[in-house]
Amino acid sequence: MGQKRLMKGNEALAEAAIRAGVQGFFGYPITPQSELLEYMSKELPDRGGTFVQAESEIASINMVYGAAGAGARVMTSTSSPGFSLMQEGISYLACTEIPCVIVNVMRGGPGLGTIQPSQGDYFQAVKGGGHGDYQLIVLAPNSVQEMANFAFLGFDLADTYRVPVLILADGALGQMMESVEFPDYVVKEHLTDKTEWATTGRINGREQHILTSLHLQPEDMEKINKILQRKYREIEAKEVRYETLFTDDADLLIVAYGLSSRVSHKALELARKEGLKVGLLRPQTLYPFPSTALNNFADKVKKILVVEMSAGQMVEDVQLAVEGKIPVEFYGRMGGMIPQPDDILEKLRKMNGSKIKSALNV
Amino acid sequence: MYNMVDVDVSEKILTPDKSMDIVWDRPDLLIDVPNHYCPGCSHSVVHRLLMEVVEELDIVERTIGIAPVGCSVLAYDYLNVDMQEAAHGRATACASGIKRVFPDKIVFTYQGDGDLAAIGTSETIHTINRGENIVMVFINNGIYGMTGGQMAPTTLEGAKTSTCPEGRNLDLMGHPIKIADMIALLDGAYYVTRQAVHNSKSVRKTKKALLKAFQYQIDGKGGTSFVEIVSNCPSGWKMTPLEANDWLAENMFEFYPLGNIKIPQKEE
Repeated sequence: MGQKRLMKGNEALAEAAIRAGVQGFFGYPITPQSELLEYMSKELPDRGGTFVQAESEIASINMVYGAAGAGARVMTSTSSPGFSLMQEGISYLACTEIPCVIVNVMRGGPGLGTIQPSQGDYFQAVKGGGHGDYQLIVLAPNSVQEMANFAFLGFDLADTYRVPVLILADGALGQMMESVEFPDYVVKEHLTDKTEWATTGRINGREQHILTSLHLQPEDMEKINKILQRKYREIEAKEVRYETLFTDDADLLIVAYGLSSRVSHKALELARKEGLKVGLLRPQTLYPFPSTALNNFADKVKKILVVEMSAGQMVEDVQLAVEGKIPVEFYGRMGGMIPQPDDILEKLRKMNGSKIKSALNV
Repeated sequence: MYNMVDVDVSEKILTPDKSMDIVWDRPDLLIDVPNHYCPGCSHSVVHRLLMEVVEELDIVERTIGIAPVGCSVLAYDYLNVDMQEAAHGRATACASGIKRVFPDKIVFTYQGDGDLAAIGTSETIHTINRGENIVMVFINNGIYGMTGGQMAPTTLEGAKTSTCPEGRNLDLMGHPIKIADMIALLDGAYYVTRQAVHNSKSVRKTKKALLKAFQYQIDGKGGTSFVEIVSNCPSGWKMTPLEANDWLAENMFEFYPLGNIKIPQKEE
């Protein structure tokens, strides 16, 4: 580990990506992720990589498609409206099994929305987002340190499984400054042998490499889908990551990711002072989702509260995971508003004392 | 996806009489399978020229092609080079990504009028404006062939298609776009030429233009090389191949005149 540095989340992620050996960055300015793009434009060319400011997010993601398809470790970053524009390209990346890292520093929506932090893109991130049956590995950092850590992890997972990996942050994580340490990292060349599939030119007269998502015979297209689905089952079995806090004696379990988990942690501390037995489960991977862990918790705790900066999106996955064993309640803010610890505390107090009504009680 | 008849190579290639010279042969890089293009379609001719050029310049080990969405989406079934199929209109963004990270590679896009001049106009303009050192091959036949003959951005005034059955009406549908002339104004455009393959003379000229374009890329000249090829679409135009070539010469060249639009300054 190196020296501690005080950095913005966006910058820490960019610095980590450079240390992870990123060869190309393609991006377009949009608040609140622009520092990532700016950091890359300043640092990457001097450190052996290529930076291109594209004319749109559509172009960025297709530059990623080209360069990653040719075997390079590359990435792009954006914020919510730009992420919508990228969906077509991401669908192509998923189908052609091209590894890359995509960053979405979410802001309030829908539409042009706000530039304040939000988690309103959860569905788009974890349910595919573009057309067709596919998944991205979705990493959800909740600190500047994790913004950095997940850049390394993201590239490694992308290469291991030949999938696009999405780092799903929000405007607060991108903008906030915290101390961060960068681990010693060596690019793990053995994760995937890109020479087997990358379009590099037919070196030494080898067989032609083709990257395409067009398979006109439905039998062939179904085969491709089955390959993808097998891979997703493997990812679900091996790559679930989450963190738990104070869950040993908990009656009430908060489930929250990203910035919401930070606020929820504070609410948990306040609740514990009042004697409420509250725990926290924080998914670090939103896909694959920690469904089994949650299902097990449903046998131990009495109620679950899902806290999100959205109208209630992850709450659906929590409900599916607990299979109706216990009540699942929701507290959320939308459009760039951030939940406050006191409001979550009030919700916890009510849950502790009352029977549960509707889940989607925004 | 095509049923290939197993043919013994010795039967396929007639042993030449030693007193005779081979004056025509298929380029090795043009995969020997029946193609899906309609009889008389310009695509097959341009495919052949492209592979001749890659062979003659001996660049197959570093050549990467980008297939678009359109009739030539399956170009990689015929062109025996590494290829990526891009989303509709995004071929040049894809090519830019490759060329920027791997400047030693030789990268070309192969795009139709819908791909390059409608849905991909933004990528076309900005790729060339950045002066990406790639070759863009532009097949302009004034129609959407693959989807069944709809109006293209390049469809001529009065021409009938399935979405302008009464003929293109400029008041309602806008004007055919001269994209090559437009992009020639960009400082990043290095070589812009408009050619055709409707007769043997024009085929030879197109070959020369393609050779030039690839050579400029190999030499690392400053900018994008753009070769437009005014092409036919017998099925979409509802003509026989010969009628289509005649119609092309009589109608297309007036609006899309052949010749160089921009050439490197020292050659002027």
